[in-house]
Amino acid sequence: MTFINYASREINCKIVYYGPGLCGKTTNIQWIYEQANPEKRGKLVSLATETDRTLFFDFLPLDMGMVKGFKVRFHLYTVPGQVFYDASRKLILRGCDGIIFVADSQRARMEANIESIANLATNLKENGFDIRSIPYVLQLNKRDMPSAAALPEMERLLRFRGEPMIEAVANQGTGVIDTLKAAARQILMDLQRS
Amino acid sequence: MAKLDLIMFEEEYKLLQEIIGRLQKDASAKVVFLVDKNGQQISAAGDVKSIDATSLASLTAGNVAATDGLAKLIGEKEFSLLFHEGEKDNLHISIVGKRGILVVIFDQNSSLALVRLRVKKASKDLQEIFEQVEQRAQKESDGGSRFESPFSEITDEDIDRLFGD
Repeated sequence: MTFINYASREINCKIVYYGPGLCGKTTNIQWIYEQANPEKRGKLVSLATETDRTLFFDFLPLDMGMVKGFKVRFHLYTVPGQVFYDASRKLILRGCDGIIFVADSQRARMEANIESIANLATNLKENGFDIRSIPYVLQLNKRDMPSAAALPEMERLLRFRGEPMIEAVANQGTGVIDTLKAAARQILMDLQRS
Repeated sequence: MAKLDLIMFEEEYKLLQEIIGRLQKDASAKVVFLVDKNGQQISAAGDVKSIDATSLASLTAGNVAATDGLAKLIGEKEFSLLFHEGEKDNLHISIVGKRGILVVIFDQNSSLALVRLRVKKASKDLQEIFEQVEQRAQKESDGGSRFESPFSEITDEDIDRLFGD
């Protein structure tokens, strides 16, 4: 649900990073935080456990600049990936404008990726969204791992609607901005249509 | 329903701002924020600069969402009021209508009773405006939009520019 304020001429969009535990959701937004111009980024809020696993969510507000005389602001959220935090994941999807699904390329995590997409579909539905129509980007993270599955195999297993598919190594920043940009493009184009 | 955007026009925004400003004075509060249930700040009054408003909005929404989840677990519809007591400052959080959250930050210059009383009155006024905004949005989504969206002509170049390309 985009918030358009004609009085302050601002558009706010909520983008949620989703995916299985330890796939690199927090790493994505940490990298964006480190690279962003300090004047354009807000505080990175992380509600994490003592061992740095996401407990509730990470949150990063980003000022992107102007479009058609409106200030565009993205609110980036991550969900906790661990299976038993499902109730929290559902809450974070409330009112989201777009999803970035971060898949772990390691072969041993393929089942976790598939389960997480199924879980995303269910949780989106409960929030009144359809996974087949909401702005959606698939990021294949950890491409540098020796045990990474081949691209065609991942595509066959995880890509289901011709969504943009971007290879990434989030801890080095590879593909991180391209992923965000692909999501931004879909969200803003959606705005154009509505 | 989930996809209905929240579009706020100048006249509605001014009315909200007036109510929030009045509440801040009447309740002798330090700051008053009006936040959307999805974590976006709508309006604020008082010593706003002393607080990171964006983080406050997102954490408040998270807090309310988690409490909502707790309420449902025990068979309640929602908990309409949350109160956090600190050593110096206190947070009074209440739900307004279907999508608003009112956050009042106050210290020893005010009291919980006064804040509760003033919030009650302001909530009623705010709810009326939210209903107007919603009715208008519904009407426009049903067809016959009365204004031309400025985003109908967004181009690929506009998006590239946002990313500095």
